[in-house]
Amino acid sequence: MIETCFLEGRGDLSEWRDAARTFLQAGIEPKAIDWRLRSEEQGLFGAEPVSSKAEVAPTRLAANNPAPLSVPAAFLRLASALVCHSDPGRFALLYRLFFRLQAERHLLDLKTDADVALAHRMQKSIGRDYHKMTAFVRFKEIPLPPGVAGRRRFLAWFEPDHFIVARVAPFFQRRFNDMDWIIATPRGSASWDGQTLLTSTKPAEKPDITDETDELWRTYYASIFNPARLKVKMMMTEMPKKYWKNLPEAELIPSLIAGAEAKLIDMGRRQATEPLPFHHRLQEAAARMPDAPIVEAGTIEALRHEASGCTRCDLHCRATQTVFGEGPANAKVMIVGEQPGDQEDLAGRPFVGPAGRVFDEALALAGLERQALYVTNAVKHFKYEPRGKRRIHQRPNAGEVEHCRWWLNREIDLVKPKLVVAMGAAALFSLTDRKDRLENVRSRPIVMDDTRTLFVTVHLSYLLRIPDKVRRDEELARFRDDIRQIGRLAS
Amino acid sequence: MRKSLKERLAILSDAAKYDASCASSGTTKRNSSASGGLGSTEGSGICHAYAPDGRCISLLKILMTNFCIYDCAYCINRSSSNVERARFSVEEVIWLTLEFYRRNYIEGLFLSSGIIRSSDHTMEEMVRIARELRSTHNFRGYIHLKSIPEASPQLIEEAGLYADRLSINIELPTDAGIEKFAPEKRPDNIRQSMGNLRLKIEEMSDPTLQTRRRKTFAPAGQSTQVIVGADAADDATILGTSARLYGSYGLKRVYYSAFSPIPDASKNLPLIKPPLMREHRLYQADWLYRFYGFEISEITASRPDGMLDLDLDPKLAWALGHRDRFPVDVNRADKETLLRVPGFGTKTVRSILSTRRFKRLRLEDVGCLGVSLKKVKAFIVAEDWTPHRLIDRADLRTMFAPKPEQLSLL
Repeated sequence: MIETCFLEGRGDLSEWRDAARTFLQAGIEPKAIDWRLRSEEQGLFGAEPVSSKAEVAPTRLAANNPAPLSVPAAFLRLASALVCHSDPGRFALLYRLFFRLQAERHLLDLKTDADVALAHRMQKSIGRDYHKMTAFVRFKEIPLPPGVAGRRRFLAWFEPDHFIVARVAPFFQRRFNDMDWIIATPRGSASWDGQTLLTSTKPAEKPDITDETDELWRTYYASIFNPARLKVKMMMTEMPKKYWKNLPEAELIPSLIAGAEAKLIDMGRRQATEPLPFHHRLQEAAARMPDAPIVEAGTIEALRHEASGCTRCDLHCRATQTVFGEGPANAKVMIVGEQPGDQEDLAGRPFVGPAGRVFDEALALAGLERQALYVTNAVKHFKYEPRGKRRIHQRPNAGEVEHCRWWLNREIDLVKPKLVVAMGAAALFSLTDRKDRLENVRSRPIVMDDTRTLFVTVHLSYLLRIPDKVRRDEELARFRDDIRQIGRLAS
Repeated sequence: MRKSLKERLAILSDAAKYDASCASSGTTKRNSSASGGLGSTEGSGICHAYAPDGRCISLLKILMTNFCIYDCAYCINRSSSNVERARFSVEEVIWLTLEFYRRNYIEGLFLSSGIIRSSDHTMEEMVRIARELRSTHNFRGYIHLKSIPEASPQLIEEAGLYADRLSINIELPTDAGIEKFAPEKRPDNIRQSMGNLRLKIEEMSDPTLQTRRRKTFAPAGQSTQVIVGADAADDATILGTSARLYGSYGLKRVYYSAFSPIPDASKNLPLIKPPLMREHRLYQADWLYRFYGFEISEITASRPDGMLDLDLDPKLAWALGHRDRFPVDVNRADKETLLRVPGFGTKTVRSILSTRRFKRLRLEDVGCLGVSLKKVKAFIVAEDWTPHRLIDRADLRTMFAPKPEQLSLL
């Protein structure tokens, strides 16, 4: 026996859900139900339909033990979208899925199943219709009667493919809160007055309204179009012709397309013109501008300024900026690291990132003041390899260190430190031209020349990169010892 | 005589159209139901119209003024050009934004400007527009501000409080290119501005000690644009620059804009048809880098001249050059390997992984997922399908390359 079920079918989930629940509890097979629209019935017989969801064979229901029905949340989301679809087969499809889900709990994960694939396609077209409605509704203002003050009023006419008005209405309420509006469509309408969001499923008539701001919008639309890159197919995919009749800007499309070629030829034919006088005045003014801030030659400030434009090696092309040394120009101790890291590169200052924090902690433990030290790096630009959203530190090569040595030597000449601390092999190489194993020269004062002592320790990012925590703590302790020794040597 | 608002709108939107950025997505979700104001952003952006150039219109994209003291060769607004000049007042920009928004023409405002008087003066007016939209008019739509490289850090900081996105265009992929075509622009200044912005965004997103609340600062991040085809830079150089920008400054997007002829063009630039296909391939390559686990060097290795293949999409070009990595078994391969199959998108791969927990996939099943079987067939093994020697065929490329077209005689 075939059950017939009549529904309004205008996007209301509950009417289908109630009926489907009743059928399923009665154990009725999907094949045995004929889902019909009430409007069709009226059309055929001109009378009220006799049967409805409430009248599903109550006697047979009682025979069954109605077990509690449950479905995955994903199915409810799917169903609430699909009931809005205008395809007459939607209720049967939903019931098939509902029925099958009782035995196949993972049915919806089976993206290749014919029913599931069809349902997902339909869900997608509801999503698209929803999205296009949020995009292509055009409000027109209905002016308030003269002398009346109050909220501004707007009216829009839209023609969706599916019964989505009630589904989309909250979007417009969240967005257009401070104005009254009505959206009328052949598949129902919605309105908002600042208090209540009303929706109706009754078909509306197309209103005849105009808004003069549309003219400004058309001006914008025509001007933002670039005639040199005509891609009509792309436009048609995203803004199909069926929407054009309700879009104020669409009437311009044919003439914009037709005129594009001519505009381009005209652009090409016209000779480049002579610039106006103001351009020449600007150029002269720019030529008179001093090129660099005035700083006294032979100072560390002058050197810093000079280094900011350094192009001695290729590293400058990829780094943000030169990270020059900083500290008192007459500091007794100069700390030389390997190269700036990610954070140093962005901030333009040495030893400020995670490595800088380790450094500051060690200084504090040794009772040293960062402000009293001159800190700099052997290489002044950050060398790295981009990896997705991060930059992976790369060791500078000998050539890069040699190029940058020029700056380090100038810094030493100007600051004249008593003690120079090399952190890591690159700094050691830059200062001494030697490639000793760090372990062999580390943690003891080495005579550099008559006036200067060298002290070697590890570089900070090495400490941060030791994966094993126990070893890292050991190395950190050794590093802190080194810093303490530096404190003693400096005093 | 003063030009009407309509005339100025025409001039100042014409002047803004060479900026490709149109995104209105990726910002915080917010709406006006509690505030009783106007506007919302709900995650995904909305394209309210499409122009016949195929570009979406999502924001009111205008310049505050097209007067500019810079003379960048590629730019329609450079000081030596004789385009008509105009400017909006702060109030006019606000009015246009709100009235356009109320009629649902747009998602918000994308405001840029020529440089007038000084960078700070220009930036100050732009910040004022954003501030008044937010505070006076309770506007919660999307705001994208172009930041002026030399503007003071305080102004940029204030801009980030009101704007969803901030951007600075590098326009040319190499420092040498910038020097040649935009002599007044300083590439190092642009990099420093991007660096400062990244630091600011990170600083603000750290929960504070007192309230544990994160401040909203340019929630949709920063972006930039590179012009393609104005200078001689090849695709490998351009993509290398993009990778550097993504990695260094956490950019949300790098836009590629095919150089297109401008009215009253500088004599130094080619008057060419914009290289639209090249632009498209660059976007595809950019996607492969960001979402498919490809390295830039892998993508650009398929040709010796550092250019992408215009006939084939970059993933297909890569696959044809690495046939030893195929065929891939859709029932066993891991996610990373599946993502490298030409014709499989991120969504398809998700569906495959979800489905194969319950059944073994046949070729027909793969077709059910909305995949072009013609394209993937040679590269995959399924339950009832193996490509046999298809993957080794010498003419595999011709099966995918577009058919040769006869040139029109005229």
